Amino acid sequence: MSEPIKHRSTTKMVPYPSESIVPERDLGKTPVLETRHLGIDFGGLKAVEDFNLTIGRTEIAGLIGPNGAGKTTVFNLLTKVYEPTTGTVLINGRDTKGMNIVQASHLGIARTFQNIRLFSNMTVEENVRVGLHNQVKYDMFTGILRLPRYWKQEKKQHEQALELLSLFDMQSLADEVSGSLPYGMQRRLEIVRALATNPSLLLLDEPAAGMNPHETEELMETIARIRDQFQIAILLIEHDMSLVMGVCEGICVLNFGKVIAKGTADEIQSNPLVIEAYLGKRKEANA
Amino acid sequence: MSMKKKTFLMTAVTFAVVIAAFIICQVLIENKLMSRALRGQLIPICCYIVMAVSLNLTVGISGELSLGHAGFMSIGAFSGIVLAAWLKARFPELSDLARLLMAIVCGGLFSGVAGVLIGVPVLRLRGDYLAIVTLAFGEIIRNILNLVYFSLEGATLHASFNQPVLPGKFVYNGPAGAQGVTKIATFEVGFALVLFTLLVVFNLVNSRSGRAIKAIRDNRIAAESVGINVTKYKMMAFVISAVLAGMAGALFGLNYSTLQASKFNVDASIQVLVFVVLGGLGSILGSVISATVLYVLPEMLREFAQYRMLIYAVILILVMVLGNNPTLRGIVNRVGESLRGKNRKGDKAA
Repeated sequence: MSEPIKHRSTTKMVPYPSESIVPERDLGKTPVLETRHLGIDFGGLKAVEDFNLTIGRTEIAGLIGPNGAGKTTVFNLLTKVYEPTTGTVLINGRDTKGMNIVQASHLGIARTFQNIRLFSNMTVEENVRVGLHNQVKYDMFTGILRLPRYWKQEKKQHEQALELLSLFDMQSLADEVSGSLPYGMQRRLEIVRALATNPSLLLLDEPAAGMNPHETEELMETIARIRDQFQIAILLIEHDMSLVMGVCEGICVLNFGKVIAKGTADEIQSNPLVIEAYLGKRKEANA
Repeated sequence: MSMKKKTFLMTAVTFAVVIAAFIICQVLIENKLMSRALRGQLIPICCYIVMAVSLNLTVGISGELSLGHAGFMSIGAFSGIVLAAWLKARFPELSDLARLLMAIVCGGLFSGVAGVLIGVPVLRLRGDYLAIVTLAFGEIIRNILNLVYFSLEGATLHASFNQPVLPGKFVYNGPAGAQGVTKIATFEVGFALVLFTLLVVFNLVNSRSGRAIKAIRDNRIAAESVGINVTKYKMMAFVISAVLAGMAGALFGLNYSTLQASKFNVDASIQVLVFVVLGGLGSILGSVISATVLYVLPEMLREFAQYRMLIYAVILILVMVLGNNPTLRGIVNRVGESLRGKNRKGDKAA
């Protein structure tokens, strides 16, 4: 494991060629994600328009905005659920044009879902093992004939799954049916499953939804720990501002499908456009 | 009890039940305690167990409703019959058992190829649409089989399509089906085929591929997002299911002296689906038991003559209704729990 990365408030953000910013330590490496003029319209409705974002190799970035701003649509564009109408998405420097969800996953992008999508009839461990699908492999015949390789790889899967579950202290739940877990645990399991795919960019869609302040605090630490331990980039959508401001280094604010502000937590908090998007415009006294 | 132990226990119980049933049947046969009628049904029962378990792989484990499973059975049956007849003419020194096994393999192979050909267009569809198209393909297979002719002239196999003029003796004669088949199917081979099927399905389900198949059933989008090739694994389940159905078909075909394609119609597919649904989707042991009971039941009701199917239907409805009755389920659960509670107390005392 490499050195833990400094806390976000001490991260110096530097301009990346073009208009984006990335952490200084990530300069000179291919950014894990780069979008250029990304846009999609659904039958004339421009859900996302001219979306430009660069994320450094080890950056924790936030994507915020009022309800219906298009945040989840951006996630769906990045993971190729939707094919963008305009612009490009580069993952680890590779153009994802024409790719499907599976191919995007192979490039190193993993995600969680706003409305939890677990394999709810399967156990917690099985869920993580499905995440390890492309990490610990053996073919169908090895499985059916129970060749020595089957036992070896199954053992490896089991060990890796438990190790990943230990991130959230969930080893003891390994044999539970995932659909019967409490809500917060299901969210955590989704993160573990996404991590199991060995991604270089992890997308978290409202990871703190339904968690109490104490749990949110814990989640914040875990997110930072995941980044330090796995040396990956994380992009998260979140409405809980304490989490976003506490852990995100670069923040991007969306409103009506357009980026209205980008910068560090301090810059975002004092940006008049952001305040207007969240709170509305102050009415003139004599209107 | 942990999930893993439960899975292991279910596997062990299923094999134990099947092996025990086989031993009981053998003992009854040895001591001449089994009626002729029931003895004649042993091989078809094996076939229908394999059919039900393999359909459960598609419907219960992969989560795709398929209504054309009898189509695969018929492909296996007739390719097996033709191969067995040709082998007999070409290699008369081969034993019946060897011919039977080769016919079963051949049936599985042809059915598997059909599974791939049908799977490519069908698995692009979802839900009800997929069910309707599989139903159509089942009918297409049956209709094509009505137009195919095979004949043997010495050891030469002739085939024709839509032209019932062939030299030699017909092995398979279009709408008239297969005639003069040597019955070489045995109960022992049927039992072995059931064990083979159980082994394949259980091992598949508890492997990397099986987990991928179940993941797609539970949540397709999530499965894709972790990098699982949905088409590949749906296809895998569908084709394995077709292969097993073809093998069952070959065994089935070689158990009768005559057999027509019309036997493998929609009714036959639905019947297998009823076995699967009644036994419980995804429950292998359930499929085995319900296939056995529901196959034997109509025969046992034969003395009621024309009321037979009525009683059969009423029993089906009762099982469905009572099986889903919350009060009844509660009682069963409570009994199970109290039994387990006793065990736990026993553990502590020990």
